Amino acid sequence: MIRPEMIKRREFLEATTGLLAGVVVAGSPLSAFAAGRAWAVDLRAFSSAEGATLTAVARTICPHDKLDDSAYALVVKALDDEAVKDEKSRDLFVKGAAELGPAFAAAGEEARVAALKGLESSAFFQTMRLRTLQLLYASPIAYAYFGYEGEAYSKGGYLLRGFNDLRWLPEIPEEDSGPLPVRA
Amino acid sequence: MMENPGIVAGIELQDENAAVIIGSGAGGGTLAHELTRRGIKVVLLEAGRRQSLESFSQVPGTAFGQLTWLDARTQSGNWGVARDFPTLPVWHCKTVGGTTVHWTASAPRLEPWELRARTIYGDIAGASLIDWPIPFGELEKYYELAEKRLGVTRRNGIPGLPASNNFKVMHAGAKKLGYKRVHTGHMAINSRVYDGRSFCIQQGFCVQGCKSGAKWSTLYTEIPRAEKTGNLELRTESMATRIEHRADGRVNAVVYRDAQGREQRQRARVVCVAGNAIETARLLLLSESTQFPQGLANSSGQVGRNYCHQITGFVWGLFDKPIYSWRGATLAGVVEDELKNDPERGFVGGYRMELVTLDLPTFPLVGLPYGWGRDFASVIENYRNMAGMFINGEDLPRPDNRISLDPAIKDVYGLPVAHIHVDEHGNDQAMRKHAQGQMRKMYDAIGAKRSIPGPTPPATHNLCTARMSADPGKGVTNAWGRTHDIKNLFISDGSALSTPGGANPTLTIVALALRQAEYITEQLKSGAV
Repeated sequence: MIRPEMIKRREFLEATTGLLAGVVVAGSPLSAFAAGRAWAVDLRAFSSAEGATLTAVARTICPHDKLDDSAYALVVKALDDEAVKDEKSRDLFVKGAAELGPAFAAAGEEARVAALKGLESSAFFQTMRLRTLQLLYASPIAYAYFGYEGEAYSKGGYLLRGFNDLRWLPEIPEEDSGPLPVRA
Repeated sequence: MMENPGIVAGIELQDENAAVIIGSGAGGGTLAHELTRRGIKVVLLEAGRRQSLESFSQVPGTAFGQLTWLDARTQSGNWGVARDFPTLPVWHCKTVGGTTVHWTASAPRLEPWELRARTIYGDIAGASLIDWPIPFGELEKYYELAEKRLGVTRRNGIPGLPASNNFKVMHAGAKKLGYKRVHTGHMAINSRVYDGRSFCIQQGFCVQGCKSGAKWSTLYTEIPRAEKTGNLELRTESMATRIEHRADGRVNAVVYRDAQGREQRQRARVVCVAGNAIETARLLLLSESTQFPQGLANSSGQVGRNYCHQITGFVWGLFDKPIYSWRGATLAGVVEDELKNDPERGFVGGYRMELVTLDLPTFPLVGLPYGWGRDFASVIENYRNMAGMFINGEDLPRPDNRISLDPAIKDVYGLPVAHIHVDEHGNDQAMRKHAQGQMRKMYDAIGAKRSIPGPTPPATHNLCTARMSADPGKGVTNAWGRTHDIKNLFISDGSALSTPGGANPTLTIVALALRQAEYITEQLKSGAV
């Protein structure tokens, strides 16, 4: 018997053209967010191979060795969402990935950098660079990886949570600083 | 804390007695309060929406979209902004409260000698310097009023803000270099409860809209107070597109698009333009007529010219220990020793070095906009160990650094967008180079692993495009911001500054608005306008 939720799942799978998948490195910042260690990102506009190429482009633009692949995969997932809605943007990414070729994703960093240098002035590279910067560093994974704590209003600010906890430099004379408005 | 009192004056479109103010930021918002509390009916047109402490987003990208003026502008010239930020030459706000919603609240005064730039710096080739038509002693009275209004720290017995980690780094480096005037700044951020607003809780989200209200903004001070008088009608999402005039040359109406995009026409007895130096100049130029083919108040040809934006440029210092520069008031720290005119340094005019940082999502985009690859990523790897500063210095006015109407690109109403052209003067470049060199020395002196000069960010201090001048041929307004050409047309924002000086401009804009309000009131009462 076919249940309605199964149809939904099947339609979803039919719409899926690609998949990015991986395993979260134990102890990485992402493990705090992920329910299990395995992750997968469904792609609708890109094939798995295109997705892998674009993920490698994102990592080459912003190479953080210990930053989990899934952080880069989420960048590509966002580009995939844009490409589904916009044919022109899909063309840009798909043609760019094709130009880099199937060997790009598995190539060494030096070869990947050289390939991208050749495309540096192209709309494909410029868009990939800007979108990667915009998306990668705005994700909770990046916040955790770089130790960025983000908004603090909901926690009462940093007034009592370390805004002045630096101890490896001389303390500031009172006349150049000011009193704390509340007792720490 | 003053929130929206929900009182609307109910001023008819046909009311010929209304004062119409265009823009609700530091200049327009303050002026609206000053006129309404003196019993004058004011229509305040604001192109943006009204936010509140509750509605400010704490997601940097969302907050940017919520507050920023994102309508198209085009640009040209040799400044780094044209290369690094081609689609965002300037960064100011489109929201009730204007740029006082995202400002970082540094509120220093201009120095007396900065008001006499032409006399003190001399005749500099390629620059169009003038002296201010106001003596410092006159401006000083209004600085005192403005500082009380804003609750500026280190003035009137208000203590300074407490030092943050980022400032400790700046202070230590500055002292190694022998600098003396180093402190947490004259900030319009409450170091203790003041004027019904809370003290700063060091959130570090000044630019996203201060959710605690510790930072002064017209959004929750001047504007609700003006509404409370019963004399203000604030119309949001109302974009002024044209100022009209009578046959005798006096202005008498402002045409605008309302929230539904419908064209409206508000009659006016006086019109005060405070749309930020880009849009103020654009509106005057858009208001050309048979009688004024060059645009309103532009018989001198000076409208839009002499555009100044103050010299900026980041320096990032990377250390081997954490700094967490994002914790704490973003700009609360300054070195003032280079604020002097000492041509021995290779340039005229002075600069401040100010504390700064950028949140993680914004840092790679604005702090290092040209990079990618290993070296770029290695800087961001050090984000938590990074300190930041930038220069805020005086740039030189030049006739061809100007706002003009773009010949090709139109806005949603079919009107030409603003085109911004900036060719930096050699003096500007020499000053930035000197400042970035000093800031790197400060970091190096206390053991930075690396110091990195960053770019010039999109301009936030847009100034001088309708400047005050004693000589009507060299500027657009008289010493009270009244246009030389039209007796009931006023400029009430940073456009009116004669020269930029090296002080972050908001306090000066507020001081001038307080002074202008007295003048306009007098003119209305005496029947001169």
